Order: sequence, then C-alpha cells, then structure tokens
Amino acid sequence: MTEAHTEPKSLPIAAREPQCPYQPAAELRALQKEAELPRVKVPSPLLGEFDAVAITRYEDVKDALGDSRLQMGFEFDPDKPRTMLNQPGNLLNYNGEGHSRLRRMLTGFFTIKRIRALRPMIEQVVADRLDEVEAAGQGADLVRLFSTPIPTQVICELLGVPYADRADFQRRAKVGLDVNTTLEVQVQNLKDMDEYMSGLVAAHRRSPGENMLGQVVRDFGHELDDDELTGIGNMLLIAGHETTASMLSASAALLLQNPEQLAVVRDEPEAVDRAIEELLRYVCPATIMPREAAEDFAVRDQEIRKGERVVFSILAANRDERDDVEGDPDTLDVRRPQRPHVTFGHGAHQCLGQQLARMELRVALPALFQRFPTLTLAVPDDEVDYRTTALVFGVNALPVTW
Amino acid sequence: MKVEIEEFKCVGAGHCVVAAPEVFDQRDDDGVVILLDADPPEHEHENTREAAQLCPAAAILLLEKATST
Ligand code: HEM
Ligand code: SF4
Repeated sequence: MTEAHTEPKSLPIAAREPQCPYQPAAELRALQKEAELPRVKVPSPLLGEFDAVAITRYEDVKDALGDSRLQMGFEFDPDKPRTMLNQPGNLLNYNGEGHSRLRRMLTGFFTIKRIRALRPMIEQVVADRLDEVEAAGQGADLVRLFSTPIPTQVICELLGVPYADRADFQRRAKVGLDVNTTLEVQVQNLKDMDEYMSGLVAAHRRSPGENMLGQVVRDFGHELDDDELTGIGNMLLIAGHETTASMLSASAALLLQNPEQLAVVRDEPEAVDRAIEELLRYVCPATIMPREAAEDFAVRDQEIRKGERVVFSILAANRDERDDVEGDPDTLDVRRPQRPHVTFGHGAHQCLGQQLARMELRVALPALFQRFPTLTLAVPDDEVDYRTTALVFGVNALPVTW
Repeated sequence: MKVEIEEFKCVGAGHCVVAAPEVFDQRDDDGVVILLDADPPEHEHENTREAAQLCPAAAILLLEKATST
C-alpha cells in the first residue's frame, strides 16, 4: 500500500503492516508474544483514549469472551449524551438476561433455515449488481457498484428500510465507525440516525410491514418502547452492511492478487464454503472488541481487576501460531482444512448476522468471477486504496477491468 | 455419547445445525437449539463434537462414554 496521504493515527491494537494491510503490524505481533498480558492505550472518540488489557492469543480470546465476568461496560444513562454506546436497543450495550431477552427477539430471523430461504433473493440482488458493473464498463469500481450495494440492498429488504435512503445512512454508518472523529460529531451523527430510524419505527407502529421491523413491532411491540426499536433498527442497519461490504471488497482484492485461489472460488462450487471461511479468517473486517471486567478474574493465571477495560484483537487471534492447527496462519489458503477464527467474535455476543453474511459472500464472490472470468485489478496491487484506520477495515475503491 | 443442551445459554448462532444437522435443529421463532438426538450413532460423533466445539455459548455438553470397560 502506498502512503500518499497523511495517515490519521491508527489503533495500535488493530494496526496492520504499512506494506500489507492483510498482515498484523509488527507491534501487534510483539504484544502477542509477551508472556505478560500487555496494557495498551486505545483511542476512542466516545470514551476518550483509554487503557486496556490487550488480549491477542486465540485461546485467551475464546476463554475470556466466554466468561460472563467480562461485560460490555455500558449501561444506558439518559442523563449522558446519546452515543452508540449509550443507546437502548443496541445488543452490544447489554449483558446477561437483558441481552438474551432482546437477542431472542431477533434470532428467529437469522436461523439457518431462514437464511437458506433467502438465497434466491440474494442471487437476484447480486445478478442485478453484476449487470450494473458490466454496464459501467472497463475501470468500474467494485466497491461502489458491487460490494457496498449488495449487503445494503439485502439488509434494506430484510429490515424494511427504503433502499432509496441509502446515501444518507451509508454516510452516517461510516462516520459512526470512524475513530478519528470528535464526540460532538458522534453525538450529532447518532441524533441523525435516531431521527431517521424513529420515523420508520413510527410508520411500523401505525401499520407493521412484512419485514423484520414490522414483525418485531407485531410480536414484541408491547414490550419494547420506541427508543429500543430505534436502537434495534439502527444496529441491524449498520452492522448489516458495513462489515459485509468490507468483506466483499477485501476478498475480491485478495483473490484478484491470487489468481490460482480465485480459480478455486470460481470453478469449484463444493470448495466455496471453506474458501469463504478462510477469507473471513484472513480479512477480519472487524478488528477489535472492547469489554470491561465486572469482577476480578484471570487469563493464564494473570489477574485482571474489576473495572479494568479489556480489548480483544481479532486480527492477532486469527493469526496466532498454534500447535493444534497445521500450516502457516499468515498465508491465505482457500483450500486449507478448517482453521478456526474469531472473525465474528465469541460468546454471547457472537455476531447475530453471521449466517446472513456467509450466505451473501457465498453467493456474491463466485458469481462475480463467473460473470467476469478475466477480471483483473485496474491498478497495480500496491496502489489499492485500503481503509486501515477505521473500526472496520476495508477498501475505499477497487477499479477493475475484464 | 450422550448429548445435553442448556437452552438458556444458546444465542442462536446455528453452528450446531450446520455441523450436525441430524443431531441439532433450531426453533423457528427464536432460533434456540433443539436436540434431535440425545444419543447419536457412532457416525455422528465427529460432527457432534465439532458442533460442541464451535458453539460460541458453550450450550452443548457431551458425555463421552469411556471406551474401556
Ligand atoms: C462479514 C460480516 C460481519 C462481520 C465480520 C461481523 C462481525 C461481528 C463481530 C466481531 C461481532 C461481535 C462484537 C463483540 O462481541 O464485541 C458482531 C456482532 C453483531 N453483528 Fe456482526 N458481523 C458481520 C455481519 C453482520 C450482519 C450482516 C449483521 C446483521 C444483519 C450483523 C449484526 C450483528 C449484531 C446485531 C451484533 C451484536 C450481537 C450481540 O451483541 O449479541 N453482523 N458482528
Ligand atoms: S451452536 Fe450453540 S448457540 Fe448456536 S444454536 Fe447451537 S447451541 Fe445455540
């Protein structure tokens, strides 16, 4: 990657190699090797820079995220400014019973059966986007014409959000995930998001639609206030398109740089599921997860005290050298036997939308390479414009020719 | 092998249904795991172990019978 513009400060715990954004930075690898759990500084527009225990090894991540003594650390406080961390309805702000109560209202929409039934809808969305790429002609930008619209249109359809409103909510989602912003910007941004979503919620209150928002109003509307419904809607809208879009862009970029692996995804339908799992492990668009210790506890016999913040590196954990798994974790190998990853997190908050995201990836990537068998990047590999400083790793533009 | 599930822990991620569809299903309304077979046959053991290992909520308990008598 070229550093043409001045880089804003990146999260050291999420840092990627300047020369290759798919590799964890040397500092992050060094943290992982330390016998003692390191303490790091994490920048955050919402909390200010905070100190946290860094958890970077795969086994430690799984152990600690499975432990109920680690909590989200955000309770809704109506007297504090509204931010994404101070918003009812967002599952990431709840613990224990309160969390499972809300999550259970939504899990029915994401069962394996439900997601499999969505396949034809997703195939249609993908086919339409590929027509647009073709119409745009040589030099078409896959980020704008393929990776972003696919998950956006899918989540709009599922949730019941008008796709025509996308320019505004996509921009707000980007701001929400940008760590290089001020608290004021974040507060205003959430206000705009809430205003938009509460309008949709009010419409579903009057006449519940056939999609997710309408169904939640119909089934649980008596238990949920408008604030909670708005938070649920915003959470699904943001979580549902930004990460998946990044995954599509970064996977396409990676495969275009590895043609023999691209051929596997294009030509071997039975190899696709495994290939997508490897791409998820390797790309990991969401790079860190924050928590707080609600009680004292220990990781590898090392004490973490009540009240300490903890931050997990998905990027480092997915590249952990482990005795029990063969192969070099830093090589992309779409044919490798399963190498477990924590790209969707672990424990009670493990991604609610992961089966949907998998389905979108499984449909979209092979279809892209089948439609354009001669697809190549229109810029040299090292000039692809990656986004490495936001909470979600991604690609800003991906021009291609065929 | 005996399988037990702790429903209250389940977060509906569906890994078990993918790994061992003969042994696990999900309730339609809230995605919570349904145990189809509490004593799966030998050829399902590997899949069932994988399901338990993938479950993010540790909601699947396996009681492996000792092989020696
Ligand atoms: C490749 C795409 C995706 C990635 C990498 C991803 C990653 C993650 C991660 C790492 C978490 C856990 C955060 C934590 O524990 O702190 C999470 C949670 C969540 N994700 Fe995703 N996600 C993706 C797609 C989606 C989609 C498509 C949806 C919705 C339609 C979604 C909805 C959610 C929700 C609602 C949560 C919160 C769950 C809870 O707190 O119980 N995600 N995601
Ligand atoms: S894998 Fe675990 S959490 Fe997911 S549905 Fe099965 S039992 Fe529930």
